[in-house]
Order: sequence, then C-alpha cells, then structure tokens
Amino acid sequence: MADTEDNSPEPPGGNGWRREYWKKNLRLMVVLLAVWFAVSFGAGVLFVEQLNQIAIAGFPLGFWFAQQGSIYVFLLLILVYCLYMDRLDKEFGVYEYDEPTGGTAEKGGES
Amino acid sequence: MSDIQIWTTIFIVVTFGIYMTIAWRSRVKETEGFYVAGHGVPTIANGAAIGADWMSAASFISMAGLIAFLGYDGSVYLMGWTGGFVLLALLIAPYLRKWGKYTVPEFVGDRYSELVRTISAVAAVIVSFTYVVGQMNGGGIVFSRFLNIDIAYGVMIAAVVIFVYAVLGGMKSITYTQVAQYTVLIIAYLIPAVAVAQTMTGLPIPQVSFGQILDELNVLSTELGMQVFTDPFTSRPMVDIFLVTMALMIGTAGLPHVIIRFYTTKTVRGSRYSAFWALFFIALLYTTAPAVGAFTKLNLLQGVNGTATDNLPAWVNNWAQTGLVSVNQNADVVNSVSNDPAAGADLTVNNDILVLASPEIAGLPAPIIGLVAAGGMAAAMSTAAGLLLVISSSVSHDIYFRYVRQTAGDQERLLVGRIAMAAAILVAVIAGINPPAFVAQVVAFAFGMAAASFFPAIVLGIFWKRCNAIGAAAGMIVGLSFTIVYMLYTLEVFGLAAHDYILGVSPEGIGAVGALVNAVVAVVVSLMTPPPARHVSEMVESIRYPAPRRVPSGD
Repeated sequence: MADTEDNSPEPPGGNGWRREYWKKNLRLMVVLLAVWFAVSFGAGVLFVEQLNQIAIAGFPLGFWFAQQGSIYVFLLLILVYCLYMDRLDKEFGVYEYDEPTGGTAEKGGES
Repeated sequence: MSDIQIWTTIFIVVTFGIYMTIAWRSRVKETEGFYVAGHGVPTIANGAAIGADWMSAASFISMAGLIAFLGYDGSVYLMGWTGGFVLLALLIAPYLRKWGKYTVPEFVGDRYSELVRTISAVAAVIVSFTYVVGQMNGGGIVFSRFLNIDIAYGVMIAAVVIFVYAVLGGMKSITYTQVAQYTVLIIAYLIPAVAVAQTMTGLPIPQVSFGQILDELNVLSTELGMQVFTDPFTSRPMVDIFLVTMALMIGTAGLPHVIIRFYTTKTVRGSRYSAFWALFFIALLYTTAPAVGAFTKLNLLQGVNGTATDNLPAWVNNWAQTGLVSVNQNADVVNSVSNDPAAGADLTVNNDILVLASPEIAGLPAPIIGLVAAGGMAAAMSTAAGLLLVISSSVSHDIYFRYVRQTAGDQERLLVGRIAMAAAILVAVIAGINPPAFVAQVVAFAFGMAAASFFPAIVLGIFWKRCNAIGAAAGMIVGLSFTIVYMLYTLEVFGLAAHDYILGVSPEGIGAVGALVNAVVAVVVSLMTPPPARHVSEMVESIRYPAPRRVPSGD
C-alpha cells in the first residue's frame, strides 16, 4: 500500500531532501510493520501450535506471545518509531521545538 | 450486601463529583476548544485520555470474562485492540495532526471531495452509534448489580452526567475528565488483580504469575466440560482468529473517536509520543486482563466444583438476581460450568460479570468491590463521551454546516454542536436500554465497519497521491456494504435469519476482508479515472513533513 512515488513531480524550490526524508520514513515503517506482523500474526496465530510445545515459567510460548509478548513488542515498536523520527526530523531540519522560534511558528491546516 | 452498596454509592458519587468539577473548570467558549481542545493538550495527558477514551465498558467489564471462557482464542481482543495503535502511530496520527483541522470526515473531504466527506460523516455516525450503545448498556449493568437500580434508570443516570460535562465543555473537558477516569479505572482494575495474584501465587505481578496456575486451570476446565485453556483454535478456526485480529487492529486505527484524539496535541511530534503513551496506559490494563481472566476462572471453578447447588458461594446468589448467573434447576451438584445458556450446564455464568464479580469471587473486602464498580462506570462513560463528540461533530460540522448553513458564526456552530450532542445522548439512552446483542459483540461490529470504511481511505490518502475522489468513494461504499451485508447474512438481527459462516469467517472478522475489498476497489477505480488536482497533491506533500525546513544542509 505504500508507494514511494518516484514518478511524482519534483516539488519546487530545491526540495530534493523531501524525497530522501520520505524514503527513510517509509523504510523504517516497513521494517517496524514487518516485526509487528511477525510477533502478532506469526508467533501469536500462525505458528502458535509449534511454539506452544515450549513452556517458559508456566506459559506455553505461543500462548504467551498472543496474550502478553505481542503487546510488549507493540509498545517497543512505537517507542523506536518516535525516537528514530526525532533523529530524522533533526537531521533534515524539520524538527519541531516546543517553544516556537522563527520558522516553526506555523499553525496546522495550511492546505 | 448492603456494605457493598454503601461503598459503591460512595465511590460513584465521589468520582462523578470529580468529573463534574473538572468539566466545569475546563468548559469552553469557542468551536476550536469544543472539537480539538484548542490543540493544547500535553502529550502524557493526551495518552491517558486516549487510554480512557479507548478502553470501553467492553475492555473493562467484558474482556477478561471473554478470555476466561475463550482461553487462547480470547487473544484476538488483546492483540487486536493493542496492535492497532502501531498502525495508528506509523500510518495515520502524525499526518493527520500536521493537516490539523477538526474531524476525520473533514480530512477525507479536503483530500478527496465533498461526497466522500458526506459518506464518511454518515459512516462515522453509524460506527460511533453502534459503539456507544454498548457503553450505555455496560453502565446500566454496573448500576443494576451494585445499587439494585433497574438497568433503564442506570443508563439514564449515566447519560445525565455525560450530558452535563460533554455538552458543557466539549473536547477540552472531555479530555481532562478522561484523564481522571483513566486514573479511576486503572486503579480499580489493578488493585483486585494484584491482590488476587498475591493470594493465589505469592507473587503480586499478575502478568508474570498467572503462568503458574495455567496447568491447574487446564485440568479443571476439562473436568467441568470446557476446553483446555491454553489450546488454540477451540472456538474459531485459525483463519477466523487471523481475520478477527486483523479486523480489530485495522478497526482500531480507523475509529474516528480515537483518530480525533491525535488532533489535540501541540505538535506532530507530540502526536507520535501520544500514541506511545496511549498504548503504554492501555497495555497496563490489557496485559493484566488475561491474568484476571485466568485467576477468576480458577477461583470460580474451585469454588463451585462438586459443590451442592443449595450450598454455593454467596456471589452466585447476588448475581443470580441480575439474571447473569443461573443454576440449572435439575442439578444437585455442580459438575459442569459454561458461559453459554444453550449448553445446559449445571452453572451458567455470563462473561460480562467476571471482572465486576472477581473481588467477590476472591472474597475481597467491600470497598474494593465498590471501587471496581466506579471503575466500570468510568470506562463506560469516558468512551461514551468521546463517541458522542464524534457524532455531534459529524452531524453539525460535516453535514449541517456544509449543506444547510454554510455561513454560520462561531457562536451558532458551538450551539448546534451542543444540540447535536444532546440529541445523540437521547437516542443512545433509548438504544442502550434495549441493545441488539451483548456488550462486546456490539463493539466488535463497530470495528468491522470502521476497518472497512475509514482505514483504507485515510491510509491511501496519505501514502498514495494518485488515489482520487471517485476511487475513495467507490472503495468506501463497496467495502462498507460488503461488510454490513455479510454481518446481516450471518447474524440474527432485524428479524433476519442467521446463515452459516462462509469459509469459517465470522461476522467479527469480515471487516478485514471488507478493508481489503475497499482498498482494491479504490486502487482500481483511481487508476481508471483522472488523477487528483495539483493542489490536492500539494496538500498530501505538505502533511508528510512535520515543520518547515530550518537548516538547508547543502542539497
């Protein structure tokens, strides 16, 4: 469903950085969503019977992934996303500072 | 018994008083405050508000009970209702915050066309309304059991309180009330869970310690005529587990009352962290719920196993009065337990009472039972308020002012928003007293419909510039109709006969297929029709970057 749109018209005014920023954003997204799918649908549903052969602290492993593990991983994924996007925003100069100074004093709804 | 009533009354009166005070202090006078709390909610507070908004009567009251009886198969709710936040955080929240206006239909209206906006507004009303009915009924159950008030009056009392704070303060007071409601509901959920874990295993961390009782629970469950607790696919085939989980995840990410919360933060960055805090607060309850389900079930089964029917624990009688627990007249000794009245077991227990009754089943003192009742009310009311706001904003902002009065001033917009909300509450009360199906199931339908309508349209709108208005409209109409038709086909509603599931897909899982149908139709139709206008592409481009670039670093 994600489309990198390399054929879309180049935004005016030397905005080539935008394509780079977007590409990195999409790459991160795909990696995180792959993990999301693997723990919930992979370990929690598709391979639950095989994983249930292993028990840790009383929990059959597949059952544990479905009822506990996947939730912890989801939380971790969002945290990684937040932190990585902060870094990316800073790298490309689109980071938002809480105290609006200069160029960031822009409000939403600019369309 | 009367002890429990006194404590319940105290907790409910005190918490309702707190909500009213907060609402009065944060009441609003402008439209922006009414719909998006003036974009000024701090990240962690927004996370807690999303948590309360999100965790409904179904999460608080029904979920642990469902898991207790479904075992592994109950995981669909745990993974489904948390996994959706990953999709929200990565695919939707930051972009819609950057766009930054009031409602979800308004976004698709700007991105596609007025027609799509109207379809979305109608879909938002249907989805939110389906969902709010369950909340109203959940609140009624709490009142009827703990205060011996008729469910109808219980629903009305809850409605009056919601009416006061939601109509008065809109999003701003709803948000801060929800922070208080989150606090109440999580305390009410964790205290009995920790206490039960401590008594049963000696380790007060329910998430870790319920592993120790799983073997015992498996054995006892089969003895009393139920499935092995940890075995997968006992009630649904694998394909259905997969699809229900997917439908709940996509539905979560497409529910307008959740998406709208991300509009209230100060920055795009704030909306990302809001998603993190929201899932953090939600995970506190969701990782505890399966433990509560397992502990309560084991307690319950140990309490009644082989007991004579005239010698059952006191909670059985207390709850029998609500009709949610029943003892088979022909049985002398309890040898089988079920949650399904049709199974003809010696003891039938409704899923919905397990959390509310867990302190009683475990023999905890009356104040804790009262606290749980207040927590159940908090969960039902906070979600209902968030949903009523969506109904109000869709009807007034997206329909009335688009078609009837385009030139209304701020005062009039605010007034109409309030009137729409009052009307929504009235209808919700009537439907809440007489709901179509049991609480969690009603909610599951709302998810299916949200999955099949909003999610594909929004995600395609952000990530695929080529998607146009005709494609999105066609996708939404086909996806939503497909989902609703299948639900009507398989369920006994509106006097229709229920048919067998096709390929084992249940009505709760069909939303995932509906979402796929929606996306495929949207892509195909978009490619066959002309691309969207240039200003639309520019709008899509602009929401992808959080702020204007400050440091041009040589490109």
